[in-house]
Amino acid sequence: MAVRNYFSQIFASSPINGIGQHMQKVHDCANELPEFIDAACLSDFTAARKVHEQIEELEHAADDIKRKLRLNLPQTIFMPVARADLLDLITAQDRIANRTKDISGLILGRKLPIPDVIQDNLREFTQRSVDASAQAFKSVSELSELFESGFRGTEVQVMEAMIATLDEIESDTDRLEVEIREKLYTVEDQYSPIDVMFLYKTIDGIGEIANLSQTVGSRLQLILAR
Amino acid sequence: MEHMYLYIGLAAAFGLFMAWGIGANDVANAMATSIGARVLTLKQALLVAAIFEFAGAVLAGGQVTSTIRKGMFDASLLSGSPEIMVFGMLAALLAAATWLLIASNMGWPVSTTHSIVGAIIGFAVAGIGMDAVNWGKVGQIAMSWVISPLTAGMVAYLLFTSVQRLVLETPTPLANAKKYVPIYMFAAGFFLTLVTLFKGLKHVGLDLTVVQSYAVATAVGILITIVGSYFVQKITLPEGASRAAEFASVERVFGVLMVITACAMAFAHGSNDVANAVGPVAAVISVAQTGEVLQNSPLPLWVLMLGGVGIVIGLATYGRFVIETVGRNITHLTPSRGFAAELAAAGTVVIASGTGMPISTTHTLVGAVMGVGIARGIAALNLGVVRSIFLSWIITLPAGALLSIIFFHILRTLLG
Repeated sequence: MAVRNYFSQIFASSPINGIGQHMQKVHDCANELPEFIDAACLSDFTAARKVHEQIEELEHAADDIKRKLRLNLPQTIFMPVARADLLDLITAQDRIANRTKDISGLILGRKLPIPDVIQDNLREFTQRSVDASAQAFKSVSELSELFESGFRGTEVQVMEAMIATLDEIESDTDRLEVEIREKLYTVEDQYSPIDVMFLYKTIDGIGEIANLSQTVGSRLQLILAR
Repeated sequence: MEHMYLYIGLAAAFGLFMAWGIGANDVANAMATSIGARVLTLKQALLVAAIFEFAGAVLAGGQVTSTIRKGMFDASLLSGSPEIMVFGMLAALLAAATWLLIASNMGWPVSTTHSIVGAIIGFAVAGIGMDAVNWGKVGQIAMSWVISPLTAGMVAYLLFTSVQRLVLETPTPLANAKKYVPIYMFAAGFFLTLVTLFKGLKHVGLDLTVVQSYAVATAVGILITIVGSYFVQKITLPEGASRAAEFASVERVFGVLMVITACAMAFAHGSNDVANAVGPVAAVISVAQTGEVLQNSPLPLWVLMLGGVGIVIGLATYGRFVIETVGRNITHLTPSRGFAAELAAAGTVVIASGTGMPISTTHTLVGAVMGVGIARGIAALNLGVVRSIFLSWIITLPAGALLSIIFFHILRTLLG
């Protein structure tokens, strides 16, 4: 006789751990960016390539987790949060890793020269954007605590405070982005127009990492609000 | 009656087989939440199940047994041919047990209660006639199958919401857990004892007045609370521990409570489901001994004990493997959720047992789990599986009836 029991099958596997793992990989990926920018500022493209490969690897790992997560969230699953909100959260998280890979790929592909005057600003700006991703990761990790408390009380406040911090970091990056654009504007005539175009694009991309991290925060807020 | 011992022997054997099947498969569902929440080891769960299933069967199994043996059809129509009653009840037992065996082999979600009710209706229609079936009573039973999961779900929702309000969402969850968990313990002990006492324990020689019942229930509740509180107070947390560590300690407090609700669940299951095995046995014995179809013959205590023993044997020989699997499959059901589901289900089932309603313990428990889920307490539930469990009786009722009709004709040809 096969030992089977239908009652235990009403419990589906929880997506929470998977979502935390996914965000972990995504943040690991984004977290490589400061090192990559350092190497690019020194025009050390051998070192940059190594970091870029690391970024690609992490992005793939995140993709794998994302795919598994989606497969484990069929229509018939019943959760304390809306299924659509969770899927949106996963998508938002995933875009951080994608954008990181785009940035490193773009700089590496063109061996993009980075003007000396903006290098310090660029380092600071990148670090702040990655801080946003770190904060998003911290907030996502708090999700399991929310499931623990049944989405009530103190845990909700903890999460809301974290999201508020995330918003602050994001507005920091907006300020830094304005500064770096102004600096680049003053020297842009000295560089190849196409390079400058891609520099602006890179800056956009790095700012985008903070924006996407903030999107993760607002998805979390939606999950709370239900 | 001619062949009296043969009939009684057959009935006892079939009843034991059916009880074995209940112990082998059904008990695992009742104990699943406790093992999944890791509050009981396999050995402890088996011990709890054995003791409380037996206690539930013997102390509180009488009412439902009475419904199963004589509530669903008009037996007086058989006063001229009592052997039809014997064949019918034997056939019903055999049919229900066979269907359970097939279904559990296939992994289908099937309730013992639905099988036996279907089988008895099948026999009544085929052996006596359409009019013999007490359709009013059958309708009530069917209604109770809808109401019991709903009730359990609602109670579980309220219980878990109260846990959220009083414990989980407060700044000091551990201190509050220690404060409020003893109250839940008292409620569980008091309520279950009271319901059990109210429908009378005359058959074990205990006849209490209402006041006495309240007094005994209060005493039992207090006793359970004292013992439980002793274990709860031992759970402490080092200064400055993280939130996660605090929640883990909170769950350990609820773990103590869940040991109690696991006992309640086993008791409730025994009180309702033992009837599925011994109800027909009791009917056969009564007819075989007297040669008449009597409506008011008393239920011998040893029949309930036979059912209790059968359940325990099924549990020991096969059920433990099922329980082991269940324990591995159910994760993410923590004691603060599991207790709410178990207490709600146990309470609902015991009330049903008291009013003589044969309900499905598993359906009731699934309803309770859904209630906790709706209160945002469970990370993920498979609605597809839930649906198939709730729809299973649509197949089980006719299947039980059909098998019962077939066995009835075979038995009548062989023995009649």
